[in-house]
Order: sequence, then structure tokens, then C-alpha cells
Amino acid sequence: MKYIDPHIHMVSRTTDDYRRMAQAGCVAITEPAFWAGFDRCSVDGFRDYYRQLTDTEPKRAAHYGIKHHCWLCINPKEAEDIGFAREVMSAIPEFLDRHNVLGIGEIGLNKNSKNELSVLEAHLALAKERDTLVLVHTPHLEDKYKGTMLIMDAVANAGLDSDRVLIDHVEEHTVGAVLDRGFWAGMTLYPDTKCTPQRAVDILERWGTDRIWMNSAGDWGDSDPLAVPKARMEMKRRRHPAAMIEQVTFGNPVAFLGRSPNFSVDV
Amino acid sequence: MSSSEQPCPLSHTEMIDAWFLEHRAKVLDLAAFLDRLDRPTGPQSDDFRIEALRNAITLLIDGQGDRTRRIQMMLSDQSSEPIDAAPMQGALGAIPPADAP
Ligand SMILES: [Zn+2]
Repeated sequence: MKYIDPHIHMVSRTTDDYRRMAQAGCVAITEPAFWAGFDRCSVDGFRDYYRQLTDTEPKRAAHYGIKHHCWLCINPKEAEDIGFAREVMSAIPEFLDRHNVLGIGEIGLNKNSKNELSVLEAHLALAKERDTLVLVHTPHLEDKYKGTMLIMDAVANAGLDSDRVLIDHVEEHTVGAVLDRGFWAGMTLYPDTKCTPQRAVDILERWGTDRIWMNSAGDWGDSDPLAVPKARMEMKRRRHPAAMIEQVTFGNPVAFLGRSPNFSVDV
Repeated sequence: MSSSEQPCPLSHTEMIDAWFLEHRAKVLDLAAFLDRLDRPTGPQSDDFRIEALRNAITLLIDGQGDRTRRIQMMLSDQSSEPIDAAPMQGALGAIPPADAP
């Protein structure tokens, strides 16, 4: 059965991972721009990263029969230096029309600071102006609840349609509010410290399978590029119907991402 | 139960068969971690994170449902105004005393 991993940072992964994902049924991925694990020190550093996301990575993925798409932004972890963040943002429009760009992401908040919020608002304004989809990162651990609430208000204030915005990394204390306010929700599966495949399936059982997906957020840290197929196995183990598994790991991503003309997958 | 719920098709006994051993081991891990903290080489510290963990454990056995969401909220910053500046890039997992409500 085929699946989509709608949030994975393949620039940090090897071709072995592409191969294993393809063998597990992965047919498409989307890769949000994120933090490299260190702060980049020049706008050109970001330009190179955007070239990697729009040129190099799609070719690498195609070799394994996987369609590669991406989202562009400066990550909230690098938003505290607001002058630099604005300079980086000025380079983004050059890349927005490239063939695999779905929109702006993963924007959001990290420590819920005023500067992070300003940079988030600037990204939301750009998404509004260019009429793109938006993928939002929510803060981790103790900062998640507050950050998620601030983000949803910022999206509403920017005049964006919540149905074109996916709020990622939801957990038990945020998923209800995100879905109630009409957003799409992403659950990120981590091998430890955050949401496990088991808890993600619990969330589906409690909050339903509409407007929600699962991703691995695989990156350079402890993470598992096969987390989505593992969650599918967990659903199967619980005897959830194949149609429900297909909806969450393929149908829902296609429904949301398909609103961008740059999204393509063989159905 | 709301209309969106998709209950787990397994029976109660099947759930216990599937996950008991794994969670038995997790309880022992937690016990071993607290025991480890009882025998430091230097003096013990009052750490807000361990205090938060003890409070979460109390909530686990209070007989109410919705434990996961309630523990998440107990470990969350519930203030609503953005802070002046980010003090660091990472997160601690519980609310430091100066920031506690
Ligand atoms: Zn990410």
C-alpha cells in the first residue's frame, strides 16, 4: 500500500533512507525548510539551501520513484535576529514559482517570542499575497500549547483561510483546538521524547481521521524516516480498516497538498 | 463519544495482551530513574522537572480519565502573551519556577 510522508528533511538523510522508504511504499514526500542544527550566517547560505530543496533533492528522490515537494521559509529558530530574518525572507520570492514548491513552511514559533511572532506574521503576509498553502511548525514540549494558540490567532489576523493551513506537531492538548478552528493537523512521530506511533493512533481514535495526517519529520537528529509505515502497522495491529489507514497516510495528504498546482502524485 | 471517534477495535483483554509487558517495563524504568536520583554522588537538588514528574505521576492514579491531555497541560506554559526575547533555542519539558503561574 502506498503512502506519503508529508514532512521529512531529506537533505539530512542518505540515499539508503530513500531506498527503504520507497520499499515501504512511499510515493511522495514534502520537505519543509528548517533549521540546520546551527544558525546559517548569510543570505546566500539560505539561497543555496533553497536551490538544494528545489533542484537537487527532487532529482535524488526521483531516482527511487518518490515525488519530492518542498516549502520555503526561514525557520522560527533563526527568527530572533529579525533584521537578518527579513533579509533572508526577501530571497524567498525568487524561488516560489519553482516546480516543486507548495508554499510557505515550516514557519511558526519556537520559544513564543515577539520577534518570532513578527517573522511569522511576515511569512503569513507573503503566503496571503502569493496565495500559497502554509505548513506551520508548533513549538515543542512546554511551549507547544501557548505557541499553538498564538499561531492560530496570527493566521486568523492575517486573513488566511484555515482550510489552506496545516498546523504540524499537534499532540493531545492541541489537536482538538486545531481541528475545531478549521485547520488541518499534522502528527509528528518521534522514536522518543515526543509523540509515538502508538499515541498518534490513540489521537486518531479520539479525534477522528478528518483533516489530519502523520509524518516522520525525519532530520539530522534522533528520528525515524520509516515512522509513517510503522504507524500504519500499529493501526493494522489494532484492526483498523484499510480504508482508514489509507485515508490518513495517503488520501488526506493528497486532499490538502493537491490544492497546490505544484503537487503531483500517481494515484 | 463524539461522532468523529474511531474506537480501537480490540477487546479490553486483547489490548492488555498487546501492551501490558511494554508498559510494565516503562513503570520499572520510571522507578529505576527515581531510585537513581536517590543516590547521587553529591548533594541532591530540588529540580522543578522532577517536581513536575512527581505531580504527573499523581495525576496518573487520580482515577480520572483523559490523563494524557491533562498531563500535557500540567507541563505546559499556559500564559498567553509572547515573551520579550527567546532565552535559548531548545525546550526543558516543564515550566521553570520563575515562569510558573
Ligand atoms: Zn520539520
